[in-house]
Amino acid sequence: MTRRVSVLRYVVLGIGALAFLFPFYYMVIGSLQPEPDRTPAGAFPDPSNLTLDNYAAIDDRIDLFQGLVNSGIFTGGVILGTVVFGVLAGYALAVLQWRGRGMTFALAVLVQVVPFQLLMIPLYVLIARDYGLADSYLGMILPFAINSTAVIVFRQYFLQLPRELFDAAAVDGAGDLRTLWSVALPLVRPVLLTVVLITFIGPWNEFLWPFLITKEQSMQPLAVSLANYISNVAASAANPFGAMLAGAVVLAAPAVVLFLLFQRYFTSTNIGSGVKG
Amino acid sequence: MTVVHAEPRAGDADPSPARRGRSSRWSGILGRNPSGLLFSAPYLAFVAVVFAFPLGFAVWISFHDYFFAAPGADVDRPFVGLDNYTNVLSDPDVRRSFLNIGIFLIINVPLTVVLSLVLATLLNQVVRGRVFLRVSFYVPYVTASVAIVSVWLFLFSGDGLVNEVLGPLAPDPPWLINSFWAMPSIAFFVTWKQLGFYILLYLAALQNVPRELYEAAATDGAGRLRTFWSVTVPAVRPATVLVVLLSTIIGANLFTEPYLLTGGGGPNGASASPVLIMYQRGIEQGTPGVAAAIGVILVVLVLLVAWLQRRFVGGGES
Repeated sequence: MTRRVSVLRYVVLGIGALAFLFPFYYMVIGSLQPEPDRTPAGAFPDPSNLTLDNYAAIDDRIDLFQGLVNSGIFTGGVILGTVVFGVLAGYALAVLQWRGRGMTFALAVLVQVVPFQLLMIPLYVLIARDYGLADSYLGMILPFAINSTAVIVFRQYFLQLPRELFDAAAVDGAGDLRTLWSVALPLVRPVLLTVVLITFIGPWNEFLWPFLITKEQSMQPLAVSLANYISNVAASAANPFGAMLAGAVVLAAPAVVLFLLFQRYFTSTNIGSGVKG
Repeated sequence: MTVVHAEPRAGDADPSPARRGRSSRWSGILGRNPSGLLFSAPYLAFVAVVFAFPLGFAVWISFHDYFFAAPGADVDRPFVGLDNYTNVLSDPDVRRSFLNIGIFLIINVPLTVVLSLVLATLLNQVVRGRVFLRVSFYVPYVTASVAIVSVWLFLFSGDGLVNEVLGPLAPDPPWLINSFWAMPSIAFFVTWKQLGFYILLYLAALQNVPRELYEAAATDGAGRLRTFWSVTVPAVRPATVLVVLLSTIIGANLFTEPYLLTGGGGPNGASASPVLIMYQRGIEQGTPGVAAAIGVILVVLVLLVAWLQRRFVGGGES
């Protein structure tokens, strides 16, 4: 009985894993095939038939390297802003006593459920039109500059540290800034990777916002230039799938590799506390 | 929805003498550590500039005949009352998009709750292969929609793998250009893509369920299904409320999938989402007032749905 249940459990989980992973496998296979073979046999091609031609083809239409650089600057800017200002806010929320602390924490929770659709038009008017930040990295980064989930993760982390650490520094006559710098920051390392991972997903995968404010191809993150390729060429070209899938692999690879390498920093405990506050 | 964690201990304990001594002058107005406000100032400024002000501005735009002009140009943007709203509500495309997003949510939200709870429960019970399974479940979540859309276009095209396997059962016209199947296809796509995130939320909740509850159920002779239904489901109810709320909000934001997967909300607007219409009206056609009105209506509807969900899913809890 127990054994049968256990087998059944793995069968269900295995089907789940297959459903999640197969499209990725198919993406890679499709990107390496000279002619897309859509029959079930096409999912298991002869290795000698594989080619990198599709990668050259997509690189010809959209500059993959420039796209990756733009995505990297966009994502890097958001991570930098989140880490620097998120640590400050998280520390203040967890350790310091000041008026408005409760309200600031409530804001950080609330901001996570504000729907972007309502902000889309005013932000476009402000950033692209009034501030003239269209086609600039700053304009891309600004709406995402500090990730509120990360602020809450930092707060949770500082709350777990023994209070005495900070009090001892104060008794020794260290100011709040000094305590932050020499006591809190050196301890922050374990949670830093979690914050980087949580923050990374947003800008690297974001499509709508950079799509709205970048019209010049040389400024577009890879997600935007690939999307433009898909929506323009899917209608016109007879067989655009190989190149499309090659672009998809290039866009997906950095995120997938990052999360495979650092999966132990992205677990239910980290994520649960961040979202729930 | 929010799980209340312990407030900072400093709140109730006496402040250390050193801390109180330094800033006593300000403690009346700004609290014991006024530098807290200073440290949070960048974040507060960010929230004000990127969230608070644009929220108010969105509502303002929706009541005016707003149009794009060169920066600094002094133009008249007259107050038009509810004109934008009446325009929006009488527009069949907009009404269709709200119906579409309703169909989307009816499929996406329950499917997300059931699948993520079942998979998380099973995952929580196994030991071997746990890391591999967990990672493979959330790989779609961490990957860009734009990248995954390409492979779904490939899989679900007319002579794609899915139809090849289904043979005579395949819908005609194929999924993404079939006016009946386009919206459900998008709903399945989004459910699949986001599931890993909700599985993580449920895993966190499951790890906090007291073991005694399961032991008591076993003592009472409850079977596995019975235990799942009478112990697990009620114990993770706060997480369920959160999953329902987040999937509703994320679903209402739907844009990338109808834009790319069904070529701009096709066929004939059968998969257009409100945000897609906002983009077309507000930015392509240059009528931000109309787009802002759609946004306000959408958010009001989402709040209403969230409130209803909380009443029904949340049970007696607050």
